[in-house]
Amino acid sequence: MATNIVPGKAYGFFTDTSVCIGCKACEVACKEWNQLPATDKGFLGESLDNTGTLDGQNWRHVKFIDNVPDETMGNGNGKPFLLMSDVCKHCTHASCMDVCPTGAIIRTEFDTVFIQGSVCNGCRNCIAACPYDVIDIDPEQDVARKCTLCYDRLQGGMEPACAKACPTESIQFGPLDELRAKAERRLAQVHAGGTSEANLYGHDDKVYGGLHAFFLLMDKPEVYKLPRAEDAVLPQRNNLGGYLGVVGTAVVAVFGAIFALRNRGSVARATPPPEAPPPEATP
Amino acid sequence: MTIIAATEHFAGPPEWTWYILFYFFLAGVAGGSYFLATLLRYWGAPADEAVARIGFYVAFPATLLGLLLLTLDLKQPLRFWHMLFNTTPGQFGLNFNSSTPMSVGVWALLVASVFAAVSFLDALARDRRSRALLDGAVGMAWSVVGSVVYLFIAGYTGVLLAVSNQPIWSDSWALGGLFLASGLSGAAALLLLLSRYRSGAESTRGMLELSERLFTVLELVLLVIVLLTLIDDGTLGKALSFPWVLLWLAALVGMLPALAGLTARRFRVGSGGTLAAGRVQALVLGPTLVLLGVLALRAWVIFAAQH
Ligand code: SF4
Ligand code: SF4
Repeated sequence: MATNIVPGKAYGFFTDTSVCIGCKACEVACKEWNQLPATDKGFLGESLDNTGTLDGQNWRHVKFIDNVPDETMGNGNGKPFLLMSDVCKHCTHASCMDVCPTGAIIRTEFDTVFIQGSVCNGCRNCIAACPYDVIDIDPEQDVARKCTLCYDRLQGGMEPACAKACPTESIQFGPLDELRAKAERRLAQVHAGGTSEANLYGHDDKVYGGLHAFFLLMDKPEVYKLPRAEDAVLPQRNNLGGYLGVVGTAVVAVFGAIFALRNRGSVARATPPPEAPPPEATP
Repeated sequence: MTIIAATEHFAGPPEWTWYILFYFFLAGVAGGSYFLATLLRYWGAPADEAVARIGFYVAFPATLLGLLLLTLDLKQPLRFWHMLFNTTPGQFGLNFNSSTPMSVGVWALLVASVFAAVSFLDALARDRRSRALLDGAVGMAWSVVGSVVYLFIAGYTGVLLAVSNQPIWSDSWALGGLFLASGLSGAAALLLLLSRYRSGAESTRGMLELSERLFTVLELVLLVIVLLTLIDDGTLGKALSFPWVLLWLAALVGMLPALAGLTARRFRVGSGGTLAAGRVQALVLGPTLVLLGVLALRAWVIFAAQH
């Protein structure tokens, strides 16, 4: 799928999880293009989901979600593994950008979210903020890293490596408006096929102003560890309440301290007497 | 009804651990010390000047040490100044992001350390019986403004945690207030401890003890509010899960001396026990327990959320 990539236009991914086969070609392509090392698989060993999580060196992660119910189901009612190639959502209202104190996180000319490695100082505020557990410190570079939506490839007019490698077109790259229209058509198709739980996540502005990497899901967002639309509010929502709490406490504390200054005599008399008797110090 | 909306949490932990814990502790104690010192010098009796100086002596080094810990916590400590100056090519200039208390706090720390440095030097000058650097109305204005900045320093650390998408932290609006109240009680306890080493400090101890008790009551009220907000957001179980509940209990134990003081001794003249034992308890054990409680409270909030 050749796309003419021009700066000033918004690009992104539409990931159709209904056709993901869990081959992890996207993960490999991402690692290869971005020169990310293979990481120690640890206790996950050779299991299906041995990538485990997105982090500073894994910018694509095919989630294998065991959704098989414990009880025996009738024909057609059982739910198999859900697969989803996860990635940075390049949120329109990005929590990571909201809290970065260095200005390292910027929005590019393709309307994607990019961390400038040379500016980041590794404070990890963005990690605390990203609601999708996307960002982490790359232990080799000691800065926060995540998917760049192949910023360098876009600048060179090439589509991102993962989308190019995906054999089932589960990951589709393109201009956001085109992808959204495509997603609506695909959802109608999947619904018509009988999967009524299928839904689009992040295609409109209800989730962080719209996700540039949005998804067709086969179950509720929470099942994929994606926050519900009503929970998708920037961290700065808590500034006002937090600061008001501090101001209120400070006011009460000042009065308390003044009270202590005026009434210290009660304690001076009540505590065990010091070596020298204290002077009556009430002002 | 919540002030902060309930949020489902899927965010990963930033791994803020020991450096941040001790920085939060120092921020609280430095903030409280500067504030109490100002209050004692300008609104206390002349005899309170001795403890006021201890407060100014504490605030500056505690702030410097806090800044050092904050810097060491960065994965790129040599880029600490990137918090202050934007190094994005083509966008050089000062950095300030009002959306995050981290940015606001860094600037506040910088301003606070200037206030603390001058007040520290002023206390030194006064102790050497030369002229005070800050006299009269200017000195008072300086300390009052410095106190406001320092009250912010003691409290913003809780807001910094809240402005995230982490469980527990982002579920309560009261963490900032809680840290401020506990920082103040910690500062009163520290000044009480240090007052043993300064002659002329005896007459201020009553004020320090009473204020420590009142700040602790405030802290307890805020702790209850924090727990209530966590119930509301469904993260109370996580907050009080084993082993983190032990830190929470330690924080409570740290409040006991002050609360016991309020209920048992506040209204009773005289005391039981031998003189020596009573003094050690009042001036060493009690304040030490309070300070450990201040540390445990922060450790509880920091670690319980990230596991
Ligand atoms: S998904 Fe996380 S890292 Fe990506 S833009 Fe959104 S907040 Fe930032
Ligand atoms: S770790 Fe880097 S990118 Fe993340 S908030 Fe800090 S400076 Fe910004």
